[in-house]
Amino acid sequence: MDTPQSGSTSHEGAFRDQEGPYFGKYGGRWMPESLMAALQEVEETFREAIEDPEFIKELNDLYANYINRPSLLTEAKRFAEPYPGVRIFLKREDLNHTGSHKINNVIGQALLAKRMGKTRLIAETGAGQHGVATATAAALFGLECTVYMGEVDTQRQALNVARMEMLGAEVIAVKVGARTLKDAINEALRDWVASVDTTHYLLGTVTGPAPFPEMVRYFHQVIGQEAREQSQAQTGKLPDAVIACVGGGSNAIGIFHAFLDDTTVGLYGMEAGGAGVDTGKHSAPITLGRVGVLHGARTYLMQDEDGQTIDSHSISAGLDYPGVGPEHAFLHDSGRVDYQPVSDSEAMNAFKTLTQSEGIMPAIESAHALAGAQRLAEQWVKDGVVDADTPEADQKVIIVNLSGRGDKDVSTAATWFGMVPEDQAGRGE
Amino acid sequence: MSEQIRSLTAQKIEQARAEGRTAFIGYMPAGYPTIEESIEAAVQLGNNGADIIEIGLPYSDPVMDGEVIQKATAQALENGFRVADVFHIVKEVTSRTDAAVVIMTYWNLVDRMGVDEFSRRFAEAGGAGLVTPDLVPEEAAEWFEASDKYELDRIFLTAPSSPEERVKLTVESSRGFVYAVSVMGITGARQEVSDAAERVVQRTHAAGAPRVCVGLGISEPEHVAEIGSYADGAIVGTALVTALRDGGPEAVGEITRRLVSGATKN
Repeated sequence: MDTPQSGSTSHEGAFRDQEGPYFGKYGGRWMPESLMAALQEVEETFREAIEDPEFIKELNDLYANYINRPSLLTEAKRFAEPYPGVRIFLKREDLNHTGSHKINNVIGQALLAKRMGKTRLIAETGAGQHGVATATAAALFGLECTVYMGEVDTQRQALNVARMEMLGAEVIAVKVGARTLKDAINEALRDWVASVDTTHYLLGTVTGPAPFPEMVRYFHQVIGQEAREQSQAQTGKLPDAVIACVGGGSNAIGIFHAFLDDTTVGLYGMEAGGAGVDTGKHSAPITLGRVGVLHGARTYLMQDEDGQTIDSHSISAGLDYPGVGPEHAFLHDSGRVDYQPVSDSEAMNAFKTLTQSEGIMPAIESAHALAGAQRLAEQWVKDGVVDADTPEADQKVIIVNLSGRGDKDVSTAATWFGMVPEDQAGRGE
Repeated sequence: MSEQIRSLTAQKIEQARAEGRTAFIGYMPAGYPTIEESIEAAVQLGNNGADIIEIGLPYSDPVMDGEVIQKATAQALENGFRVADVFHIVKEVTSRTDAAVVIMTYWNLVDRMGVDEFSRRFAEAGGAGLVTPDLVPEEAAEWFEASDKYELDRIFLTAPSSPEERVKLTVESSRGFVYAVSVMGITGARQEVSDAAERVVQRTHAAGAPRVCVGLGISEPEHVAEIGSYADGAIVGTALVTALRDGGPEAVGEITRRLVSGATKN
């Protein structure tokens, strides 16, 4: 096999054509030898499948008739009212079957698992969205399913545990390490090493060893493709900004990808700033800026001076991961995407504002992107870029990727806003 | 395998062969339960018959380790173990035993210190080489350079699932010996040595490796004897860590003597 050359910081050709295994100096395949054959099999199967018209036909049919694609692009007029001259649109991944963007990737990889003759899926999950989506696909395709979830997360997302079990999946509470998402990934990898003959590890985000970052992105690219067409149809132009939250970064890369080479479109990734990046209690590895290797990829990590992973913190379980997809690390270094931290309290305020101005309750993950939109719109108004008299053709258009719905977060939000007595409170840190 | 550079681990394995023994390689986590006790435990290993001592670096995300080693390394970290402490441990163990000392480490710890810096300090402490469970040759450009510069052995792994071309790549990239993973799974004592072990050793030898040692699941003298019929060395981890946990450094010495009794060929 070819020995890939690592260490390059430049890129050649279009941003959209970056394939992996390396994105600049990031990515790669830092994995035990035991899994290398399986990773090669996944990569070969993926490359064959996306050239196979039958596979694409089946995938598109499931996107349309099972997931409910294309998802809507909804203008949030009342949410945008404080920012005259700015129009804000929501890409409604919350309306997908199972309630988030996660299902796009899950359906794609489950089809690949079938193509490889695997009979069992395993997955990690933090908030439960990816676990629910995987359990759903397993039910749909008649596959066995085991979901690893940190014990802390099984407690704060108990309803999602019941949902997965109802769908026929086995949920294993991971009781080692920090007992959150990264430990669930460790445990899923330990399972996979021993079960790789029959089992596909359905990784839920754009990190991990090659080909996962590229493959997961591929199954989410549809988000940006739709948004680009919808923007032109509904506003007559491309948006001025596209904003998404970034944990591992799958919804973000999904909506960014179609716009990467549109130089007039600003791209913004919102990391979970938690209690504040200077407090150490956050999940913002790009902002922290320390490069290392975790779970198969070279990328930005939350790590200490020794290279030990630091526990991440976020009010949003889905962003509570100490790494980020390697393509995001590359897009950060290249300057194409602007990554910024959003604190828990900014995100929760945006959560409440959208819910009460539009009747749309976002996932707390997605609320980080909404807070980013508020920040940008406010800046434009403050700088006089637009005002109430700006003609429609010159108004600024922002698309926010509303990656998931907030039903799962009601108890967290109720606790945050003090709507329940303390002794009955759900997750509230 | 590259043979131009002297290899301490090759020397030890060849010496065992000349004495009619299967080489015995024992694993101990650095800093467990304390730095001093981990040194004593490794010295017990070396002075009771281990040819090579493998010091494991505690890491926050040890994906190839089972529960016993996970718990031990987590405790070492809780007790304040720092990566740089390992050089002191290696220095002590190399000065108090005749064994060659290698470090088993997940790659991010080396990457964070800097591959050159880590290798330099390790070589100065008398270290022989690195076992790298999550580093494959394709990602190892910096390690090739540093290991040649500081004359350290590169111990890569082969697995039952490795296709021929990967076995070949691993053998060509390694120095000292190749670590054959006996079973598709993680570290931990098992009742029997997997049937897959003999095949992976044969395939690794056939690809040109002069020395192949087997690890994962070995916990009895009979396992060591069985492995000796087809491999050049046996690697034991979990069984030793369990002994250390339950009986302290003295117990490590006892179980080492017992396991090594399986290494003598009749």
